[in-house]
Amino acid sequence: MAQANHAMKLRSVLIGWALALLLLLLPVFVFKSQYLLYISSLTCIYMIVACGLNIVLGYAGQISLAQAGFLGIGAYVCALLGPTLSFWVVLPLAGLVCFVIGLGLGFPSLRVKTHFLAMVTLGFTVIVYLILVNEENWTGGPFGVFNIPRPKIGSLSFSSPANYHIIVALVTFILLLLAFWGLNSQWGRAFKAIRENEARAEMLGVNLRNYKLMAFAIGSAFAGVGGALIAPLFGYIDPTMFALGFSFQFLLMVVVGGVGRFEGPLLGAMIVAILPEMLRVTEKYFPVIFALAAILIMVFMPKGSVSAVDWAYKKITGKEEPHLTK
Amino acid sequence: MLPELLIKGLSLGAIYAMIAMGFCLLWQTSRLVNFAEGEFVTIPAFLMVMFYSVLAVPYPLAILFAILVAALLLGVVMKKTLVDALITRGNTPFVVTTIALGFFVKDFLTVFATPEAMNFPSMVRQTPLHFAGAAFSSLDLWNIVIAAVVILGVGFFIRKSKPGKALQAVAQNREAAVIMGIDAQKMILLAFSINAVLAAFSASLAAPIYMVKYDMGNELGLKAFYAAIIGGFNQVRGALLGGLLVGLIEILTAAYISTKYKSGFVLLVLIAVILFKPEGLLGTKEQ
Repeated sequence: MAQANHAMKLRSVLIGWALALLLLLLPVFVFKSQYLLYISSLTCIYMIVACGLNIVLGYAGQISLAQAGFLGIGAYVCALLGPTLSFWVVLPLAGLVCFVIGLGLGFPSLRVKTHFLAMVTLGFTVIVYLILVNEENWTGGPFGVFNIPRPKIGSLSFSSPANYHIIVALVTFILLLLAFWGLNSQWGRAFKAIRENEARAEMLGVNLRNYKLMAFAIGSAFAGVGGALIAPLFGYIDPTMFALGFSFQFLLMVVVGGVGRFEGPLLGAMIVAILPEMLRVTEKYFPVIFALAAILIMVFMPKGSVSAVDWAYKKITGKEEPHLTK
Repeated sequence: MLPELLIKGLSLGAIYAMIAMGFCLLWQTSRLVNFAEGEFVTIPAFLMVMFYSVLAVPYPLAILFAILVAALLLGVVMKKTLVDALITRGNTPFVVTTIALGFFVKDFLTVFATPEAMNFPSMVRQTPLHFAGAAFSSLDLWNIVIAAVVILGVGFFIRKSKPGKALQAVAQNREAAVIMGIDAQKMILLAFSINAVLAAFSASLAAPIYMVKYDMGNELGLKAFYAAIIGGFNQVRGALLGGLLVGLIEILTAAYISTKYKSGFVLLVLIAVILFKPEGLLGTKEQ
């Protein structure tokens, strides 16, 4: 009986993920407009970065303000090395570089409790920005980098918005799947233990520092890959796109969506990327409204927008919505 | 050159120190980190411009009104709404909320006030004062004096007055203070009010230098943050030292190393402090 349940659950998970892939690729078939495809790709990239941040914030419980910095590093790695190496090399490279830097940053910073990682990542993002702006010889300085090429395989080019979105959607799918798998594994259970009671987790043998370090490195790598995807999407990058404020935006994205829930940051990313477009008429007011909404959510709905979805699910089906991760 | 630079550095540092002092007081009494501290300077600055330039209120009254409104809004109202709602939830929700608050203030001012930079006159006319062969700016000296008076005044209040001592008690050991009959909530309210006043005074000194703009709080808030970390969160002396150091490092780096990286050196010092003495130069290790 338990085996049958298990098989059924596995099947629903697989179906769920197949649907997710379909959804991610849907814009390619449905949208003809360049602009809508651009928004779709941007949403996917935001989801990657926000998901990475959620691993750090929601699961390992650390505030990271480095996502914009790593996004920038990934983007510049892609923009500067892309023409010489191929996109397919640069994409994982960006992730790897950011992973290693994340380890380096996190290693000394996670020794001490409280918000030291927040402060170090804040300083890190500002330093990255300063370097990007000032080292004109290799980063192009404030003028940025132009003409960032999109990938191709042989003669098959992925330059068109639709084709490029296929790449973005596939990478997003793979990364989200990896995150999902990781967070549902033993790892995820360790994170949950840490989140609920650090002292007890430590007593049970969880090496707090290593788990937090891993989480931070992975979150950083996610941002790096996001950066490698965003550079060809924009075609042009400059340092102002990776300023500290953007780190704060990602933080708000995760929190407004729902911290510590897998779908939280995905929801938050969609809100930030899509809502201002849908509410075109209030475009001028969107930042104010979003910030106010974030404050109100923190006060009244601390579990994030996901709790609204939970509530709707319960109203409709009468059951508790199953959490995607434990 | 060096003496003028030192005075300039101390002048800037004095402003940072005032903001950092309030920031640290908040942390000490309530263990909350306020990422919107920069906006706590922006708001009084906008109020000053509104009173003085728009409503033609006489200059000293404009500043006074701005300080009073700020104390009310950013002290009392802030405490009774956001702080009371979030303080039980722990640190992270408050931090994130203040981040959102910072955005809200900046975006609100951009849309409903103006995205343009505005002038605000300084208290003292900027004239060069010649002394010992160097030319100092009268404004720099004035800033140092005003900031020193305000900081010493607040420090005196905290050390000698009854509410001030109660504030110290809560900062040092909240549980013990509560057992002794001190109302911790009132002390937190006091801390927020003092912080608002300090930030507003900083605005009066910073506005003539930085120009009043919706994002003027970005840099000031960050510098105050650096100052608090470098100097030490849990001692007021730490905020002062940190502020002065940040000001000095900034000016000296810009003059002798590179203007482009003037923030960079401060950041290196910051990271070094976090790695080697995380409680800050004058801070004490928390239990």
